Amino acid sequence: MEEMIHGLPDIATIRKDFPILKQYVHNKPLVYLDNAATTQKPLAVLNAMQEYYQTINSNIHRGVYSISVEATSRYEKARDHIRDFLHARESAEIIFTRGTTEAINLVANSFSGKFIKKGDEILITAMEHHSNIVPWQMACERLGASLKVVPLQSDGRLDMEAFKALLGPKVRIAAFTHVSNVMGIINPLGEMIALAHEKDIPVMIDGAQAVAHIGVDVRALDCDFYCFSGHKIYGPMGIGVLYGKRELLDQMPPWQGGGEMIDQVSFEKTTYNELPYKFEAGTPNVAEVIGLDLALTYLQNIGLDNISRHEHSLMALLRKELSALDGIRFFGDHPGNTSVLSFLVDGIHAYDLGSVLDKFGIAVRTGHHCAQPLMGILGIQGTIRVSLGLYNTKEEIISFVEALQKAISIFK
Amino acid sequence: MNTIAEKAAQLERDFTVFDDWMDRYNYLIEIGKTIPQLDEKYKTDAYLIKGCQSRVWLYANLEEGLIHYTADSDAVITRGIAGLLIRVLSGNTPQEILDADLQFIERIGLQEHLSPTRSNGLVSMIKQMKLFALAYQTKLNGAANKENKHV
Repeated sequence: MEEMIHGLPDIATIRKDFPILKQYVHNKPLVYLDNAATTQKPLAVLNAMQEYYQTINSNIHRGVYSISVEATSRYEKARDHIRDFLHARESAEIIFTRGTTEAINLVANSFSGKFIKKGDEILITAMEHHSNIVPWQMACERLGASLKVVPLQSDGRLDMEAFKALLGPKVRIAAFTHVSNVMGIINPLGEMIALAHEKDIPVMIDGAQAVAHIGVDVRALDCDFYCFSGHKIYGPMGIGVLYGKRELLDQMPPWQGGGEMIDQVSFEKTTYNELPYKFEAGTPNVAEVIGLDLALTYLQNIGLDNISRHEHSLMALLRKELSALDGIRFFGDHPGNTSVLSFLVDGIHAYDLGSVLDKFGIAVRTGHHCAQPLMGILGIQGTIRVSLGLYNTKEEIISFVEALQKAISIFK
Repeated sequence: MNTIAEKAAQLERDFTVFDDWMDRYNYLIEIGKTIPQLDEKYKTDAYLIKGCQSRVWLYANLEEGLIHYTADSDAVITRGIAGLLIRVLSGNTPQEILDADLQFIERIGLQEHLSPTRSNGLVSMIKQMKLFALAYQTKLNGAANKENKHV
């Protein structure tokens, strides 16, 4: 039995918390290695969401009756928990969205509409996920602004000299990812944010691939916006978080209009609610918020440091095993990366290997990973991506490599 | 000349000999090797099938009222699937192709390639092959049917 760390639950015990890990695929045990796409949920999260619907489900922020008061309290306590999780100053700076994509769209619409005009620039990087490219493209089109892209070095890391040079006088906002969803590279946020702030450029960080692996302190980073998705941190789909500095959020106009985000409504004029509600129109996903709250608690009980250590040791094993095979090409792999690894096998298409790996019960992602521009820069159509989570084991890594060898023998 | 239904039935019989998915995939890969070579000049974006994680180029020409397909792909399984479809549909009239029942794909255990995810090209390939058939059928009907002229 494998121990994660002295005194904490061993991996077999942890895996029991995740019912889906008992599934069989093509008569083989499921080996789930696609955690960058989405993570599996512990029973604590599933039970909490079910329990919510069975005990206190009601619309929040409005009822005077007991279960509505209770549901409202749970919802707002979850917000406080996330504030603490990100080390933000106040809960009013924590806005619930449907996910990272919606959070970026919110800022791209609301911030851009107010602060960006024709001839201005928006800065992103070449390693971004489509969700951190397209909303900015759309904003540029709407406003007559232009999109600037920080190039990469040949090893996949950002070209920092080019980054500095692109922080010009016309840039109104810079948006980049904390961790690459394709390569696992961690960008040097502290340095990048400091450089941007020297030029009075606010920064938005896409934290989707970071929060389940690295501790995030938005005040230490001093980022202006930070966002992540619940479903990538062992919480449910359909919930995400946007953190924004109050000074900026207060100035930004609302994005979606409707109930909850209003103060007074008449046909002549409507006034808006204060933060965070100004940006939370409509009935929220209360069950999902509670699910996310429980997911964070689950993680914190195990300890993010312990999870990180576990994932790093699995990655070292994965790298060692793959490097022993012929014709393996890694993309942007560095020892400091998070637990994401993209590779190809010379002469065999990723789709072919991925299809066969499925027959062995292995779930990995193949293709462009919603980063077509990055694929273009790397000169390839797609990769095979392995991305680990807290419940993966050494045995699973070995099973994966063995299955890969068998798959390779079919095509070579 | 075999009908599409007969060719599909034969293919189904060929596949069910294999119990093991690995043998079935190997057979699929072999079929992919038998596709008539696609002329290099058709390996362009115009003949590229959308909706594939792998790249697939497909071309069809009409000869004496019968359609003949050629294809290529950079993924071996995809080439196999193209080969399957070509084996069943090539050498038939446009109308026969338009009416073809392709349920056999599910029966030989390749249904995961029918899933509506962006990765699978099977659905796109079938659609494209039928579009070619429709275009040629329209051409054969001639200028008489003005409202059928657009494809």
